[in-house]
Amino acid sequence: MLLHNKASRKPGRGGAGVIELENVAYSYGGGELLTDISLKLAPGSFHFLTGPSGAGKTTFLKLCYGALRPTGGHLRLFDRDVTQMDRDAIALARRRIGVVHQDCQFLDHLPVDENVALPLIASGQASPDEQENLAELMTWVGLTNRAHALPPELSGGERQRAALARALILSPEVILADEPTGNVDWEMSQRLLRLLVELNRMGKTIMIATHDLSLIRAAKAQVQARVLRISQRRLQLAGADL
Amino acid sequence: MKPDLATLKRLLKTDAGADRVVPPAGFTVRLTLFTAAAMAFLAVFALALSLAAGRLADSWGEALARSSTVRISAPAEQMAAQTAAALRVLQTTPGIADARALSDDEQQALLAPWFGPDLPVADLPVPQLIDVIETDAGYDAAGLRLRLSAEVPGAVLDDHTRWRRPLIAAADRLRFLGWVSITLIALATGAMVTLAANAALAANAQVIAVLRLVGATDAYIAGAFVRRFTLRAFGGAATGAALGLVAILLMPSGGETGGFLTGLRFEGWHWIIPLLVPPMAAGVAFLSTQMAARRVLEELA
Repeated sequence: MLLHNKASRKPGRGGAGVIELENVAYSYGGGELLTDISLKLAPGSFHFLTGPSGAGKTTFLKLCYGALRPTGGHLRLFDRDVTQMDRDAIALARRRIGVVHQDCQFLDHLPVDENVALPLIASGQASPDEQENLAELMTWVGLTNRAHALPPELSGGERQRAALARALILSPEVILADEPTGNVDWEMSQRLLRLLVELNRMGKTIMIATHDLSLIRAAKAQVQARVLRISQRRLQLAGADL
Repeated sequence: MKPDLATLKRLLKTDAGADRVVPPAGFTVRLTLFTAAAMAFLAVFALALSLAAGRLADSWGEALARSSTVRISAPAEQMAAQTAAALRVLQTTPGIADARALSDDEQQALLAPWFGPDLPVADLPVPQLIDVIETDAGYDAAGLRLRLSAEVPGAVLDDHTRWRRPLIAAADRLRFLGWVSITLIALATGAMVTLAANAALAANAQVIAVLRLVGATDAYIAGAFVRRFTLRAFGGAATGAALGLVAILLMPSGGETGGFLTGLRFEGWHWIIPLLVPPMAAGVAFLSTQMAARRVLEELA
């Protein structure tokens, strides 16, 4: 099955995290948004990232998939320091990281199935075998009957599932989701959570940025998850009340 | 992002997926098509102008270089004797293929544009003209002048050098200006395509963000835009060049009396040259879009 195909890919050196941050800082416009962040995302781990709006959760995730470069400290993606990587190397690393944005970001002129297949197209892997995997993935996220719709025609939940399918099409080792349940109702958020938990059981490393504590509680009932909190520009382990 | 052979190779390879990631419609489509068509149309005319000027310069140079005139100014009673003496000198001069005294009718035809067709040449003190055609080897002008001054006192040799040079220089300058025009057209096309590509890339910042999010390399993203603009420029230029060729074909033919304007067409293998305009326009668009894409992707990084 597609979701298992490449899961055996080695994350890096033995014992290393797929994404490692060491005293990372990020400044923008003269102000420091994040400071002294250290974290190792181990293969197969499940993390939640919480914090108030504007705390820097999205910035942190962008650092984790190379969209932003740290202004201090060291960040390693799959055992390579990002300061040593050019944009093409970052792009190649990004194919191993599936990203689900809150606003999803689709190409609105392409139907849903082509949007989901976009990572395959952009990486030159749009083979007949992968087309079969695409159909399988569309079924898994329950979007088979919406495959030919345009993104603006989708509901919030359908957009989130399409974004998740797109993030999974290359069978990445890591899934980073930024407020994946922000625009959907409770029932849909539980469905998305079940999909993410299922992926984690398949060996994927998951990190979800959310301020939805009920989602975190529901997840902790199903999977061993670590909850991190960004507060005052620093990353902390969240309290036991979660 | 490495230019350019790799991008060119990818460009020539059909990639339906890459072609579709850039939204198909927009102002830049029409701008690129129109610019390429208009510039190709102008380029075809500039080419025709330049090549016609070149042919004119060659033809003037060749025709004038091989002909000379001997003018005999003498009293009426000596005119025939001096003409005959001049012809004898010319016929015995090495390097002269033919020498012939113009008839009254021919001299009248030469003067007709200034004095009208009814000019009584025989009653006027008009010099006698002798048309001299030289061989490929040519003759010794200085030596001929000495012989004529000794044997035909009223004869003056005009080998056309004085007015041949500025004419040929003017035609050569016209040819040069034609090529300058073509260069300027290519540069203007490049500038317009660059502007259109910049506008398209800026308008599609969201598309670029999505492509980067899914792991597309800069080369892939640039390739999608470069391919789009190159093919547009090729299509527009092909249309413009075709229209330009039709317009050139429809220019009235001057036949034997044709001058410079009626000779504004392609001849022989020169018809191949305008066919190179669309690939050249595509090449200009390729380089322009490549540079624009590199700059915009750097800015958006």
